[in-house]
Amino acid sequence: MHYDVVIAGGGNAALCAAIEAQQQGARVVVLEAAPPPMRGGNSRHVRNVRIAHDAAMGTLTGPYPAAEFLEDLMRVTDGITDPVLADLTITRSAELWDFFESHGVRFQPSLGGTLSLGRTNAFFLGGGKALVNALYRKAAQLGVDIYTETEVTGLDIDNGFFCGAHVRRNGSSGLVRGRTFIAAAGGFEANLDWLTEAWGDAARNFLIRGTPYNRGAVLWLLLNKGVQTVGDPKQCHAVAIDGRAPKFDGGIVTRLDCVPFGIVVNEAGDRFYDEGEDFWPKRYAIWGRLVAAQPNQIGHVLIDAKSLDLFMPSVFPPECADSIEELAVKIGLPPDKLRATVDAFNAACAPGDFDHTVHDGCRTHGLTPEKTHWARPLDTPPYYGYTLRPGITFTYLGVKVTPEARMVMADGTPAANMFAAGEIMAGNVLGKGYIAGIGMTIGSVFGRQAGEGAAHVART
Amino acid sequence: MSLALDDTTPTPNQAEAARLFTICNACRYCEGLCAVFPAMERHRVFEPGTVDHLANLCHNCGACYYDCQYAPPHPFQVNVPANLTAVRHESYARHVWPGPVRGLFARNGLWITLLAAFSVAGFIGGFVAWHDPTVLFGVHVGEGAFYRLMPHNGMVALFGGVFLFALLAMGLSVRAFWLATGAQERIGAGAFWQAMQDALRLRYLDGGGAGCMNESDTPDDRRRLYHHLTFYGFLLCFASTSLGTVYHYGFGWQAPYAWSSPVVILGTLGGIGLLTGPVGLAIAKLRRDPALRSDAAADMDMAFLVMLFLTSLTGLLLLVLRATPAMGPLLAIHLGVVFALFVALPYSKFVHGLYRFAALVRHAAENRAAG
Ligand SMILES: Cc1cc2nc3c(=O)[nH]c(=O)nc-3n(C[C@H](O)[C@H](O)[C@H](O)COP(=O)(O)OP(=O)(O)OC[C@H]3O[C@@H](n4cnc5c(N)ncnc54)[C@H](O)[C@@H]3O)c2cc1C
Ligand code: SF4
Ligand code: SF4
Repeated sequence: MHYDVVIAGGGNAALCAAIEAQQQGARVVVLEAAPPPMRGGNSRHVRNVRIAHDAAMGTLTGPYPAAEFLEDLMRVTDGITDPVLADLTITRSAELWDFFESHGVRFQPSLGGTLSLGRTNAFFLGGGKALVNALYRKAAQLGVDIYTETEVTGLDIDNGFFCGAHVRRNGSSGLVRGRTFIAAAGGFEANLDWLTEAWGDAARNFLIRGTPYNRGAVLWLLLNKGVQTVGDPKQCHAVAIDGRAPKFDGGIVTRLDCVPFGIVVNEAGDRFYDEGEDFWPKRYAIWGRLVAAQPNQIGHVLIDAKSLDLFMPSVFPPECADSIEELAVKIGLPPDKLRATVDAFNAACAPGDFDHTVHDGCRTHGLTPEKTHWARPLDTPPYYGYTLRPGITFTYLGVKVTPEARMVMADGTPAANMFAAGEIMAGNVLGKGYIAGIGMTIGSVFGRQAGEGAAHVART
Repeated sequence: MSLALDDTTPTPNQAEAARLFTICNACRYCEGLCAVFPAMERHRVFEPGTVDHLANLCHNCGACYYDCQYAPPHPFQVNVPANLTAVRHESYARHVWPGPVRGLFARNGLWITLLAAFSVAGFIGGFVAWHDPTVLFGVHVGEGAFYRLMPHNGMVALFGGVFLFALLAMGLSVRAFWLATGAQERIGAGAFWQAMQDALRLRYLDGGGAGCMNESDTPDDRRRLYHHLTFYGFLLCFASTSLGTVYHYGFGWQAPYAWSSPVVILGTLGGIGLLTGPVGLAIAKLRRDPALRSDAAADMDMAFLVMLFLTSLTGLLLLVLRATPAMGPLLAIHLGVVFALFVALPYSKFVHGLYRFAALVRHAAENRAAG
């Protein structure tokens, strides 16, 4: 079979591309490494997409003009973005509500605990798995050939021109030929060896929040075929999550939102950073790196009975004890040291009016490091302890693309028949940092760009 | 089946529900699918009573299984519909009145079949014993034809008695369920009215809008249609019987009634609903994704669907063949089936509607209390 468009990957970006290309009349094949129940990559785990709109609509509670979206993007990336691609992403994001809805995806109001996103982000009813299922149904209905458990292991690329993809399926290998190629196979965040190259041995202790299938094989193949890269190869989006999460695929439920309400110590029982610097949604990403820098990449949050109900319930129950020493024994910390750390912290807490909804005045004085908000003595048993580890969401390294989603070769020329969409090229727009929902925006917009572009090239 | 006889020790299924809800509560992606998830979010711990309430709030639309990123083979093994179906099924036995008969829910299909068989045999035997064959196989037409085979007062006493017992048993069972779930809120007329609307429309059987998922992740609205046919068919039959009673005692008009009589029209329409609805539901059940099934519950569901179908089938046959010699035997069979249905009501799938309604009332009251 000779296809017009061969797509590597089976997440949101791949499916948006497949649907768009097939609707333009192309013969499309989707090659997805994961088996059916696990298909859909990290898109399986998402909850929302950020879209620009001029007035409240559907579940979106107010206007979010493109200019404001751009400002937000500029702020989180410190301007490390391709302005043309950023503008295109934001402009075309406005079409996404209708695009998704017309393909069977449904939306719901922002979830409990995420009210701040209700204006800017459209939440998928049932979450990312529901989105992925709807897009697979639509693609199949349009006639896209879909192969799951089919991993792309090699690419025949001749002088920047794609000829075919080598695949492995049920232990046997084959070649899928096509006129054009779309790389939508995600980043390399599930490839511990690759992460270790960037981070050293500490990376072995990282947890991977999403799919185990994003091992970066397609990205690696492209880089070796002379495609130009973007993004810092040594950066990844790492957040502090519950240390008891599974190695892969723990997803959203492993988050822990209690850090601002307690203290965080390392294995030696020492505090190492201001837990109350800012609201948790603004700080959870730096805590991934902070914990990664501690011995054995472990942190422990301690809270007392006053704070237990202040944050979203977490999936693993905390360790619980009536004294700090007892808790220390339970979680494997030196009891005397932990007692001393807590005593020093308690003594440094100045009295104030605690209010977790604002930057309140409860802070410590004379402590290193200080806790600058929400500091209350740990004095009300029972005491609770949670373990923290770094959880990797995605990597930033990707392939450089043009506004049509065409890959750019090392010499700066656009590739003739190779396109990229999704996380594998998100670094073009998101050079640094993150804002909720933009991963899906980039994947959907460039998925559609790539699908249109590839179908057009295949025709001519 | 293992049952907790006190309210504090969770059964394995209730413990599993508490585990699942802890995961869902940290995830919340299914919040918009139905009433269960918003209701669940009001809790941090999931006591057995809370679990029973949430399980009965679930309409088993299947959507949250297909939409779950933690569904098997994920190590979290999240399958909310299958677990809640099992908990629901247990909960009928847990709260049933009188308590010692709770074993009836374990092999529901078997004993309902036996009951129906004995009941039909009883009526046939009774008719044969009381009448000589010329009466039983004779052609009877005109007012009071049925009562030549069984006196009206006898029918009323027997069926009325069984029905009243069923009402009492179901009332006490639902009361036990209500108390065990620890509902706190004052129940106003508003909550009651809201629950009524939600129940009559099967609002939460639509997977959040797209329809329920039965065989695969493709949503459709067929189960809701079949359930409507069944439920409203049942109501129409009930209305027909009630109207017949009014005719009999109020006006002295005796059955059988003419084809054009409202009693017959209501009964026929209801009968058609009760033929097609249960067949549709049974087919949907057979086609249901095995991942969503719970065997004990499936047995009970099927038994009740078959009983409804037989009630309607024998009733309609009786209507069509009432002026032939088949009337006598058919009347015996029909009465036997209806008698068995009435006896079985409090110990059959029928109670799901009552528990569901109670859960909906509580949910509506909680929504009101929360503003
Ligand atoms: C827990 C979690 C929550 C998130 N929440 C959000 C959110 O709410 N909103 C948001 O915008 N973003 C969110 N993100 C980020 C978001 O998941 C990504 O930006 C987005 O899914 C990227 O889509 P994609 O199609 O490029 O990649 P993916 O969806 O990851 O798809 C990549 C696909 O490629 C396949 N693949 C990999 N290698 C091969 C190969 N060699 N051969 C064949 N197939 C291969 C994989 O199996 C996978 O199906 C979240 C991420 C995580 C981990
Ligand atoms: S069923 Fe799965 S996706 Fe839905 S709320 Fe529960 S854990 Fe989340
Ligand atoms: S009603 Fe549907 S979505 Fe809600 S819990 Fe039951 S099966 Fe899940």
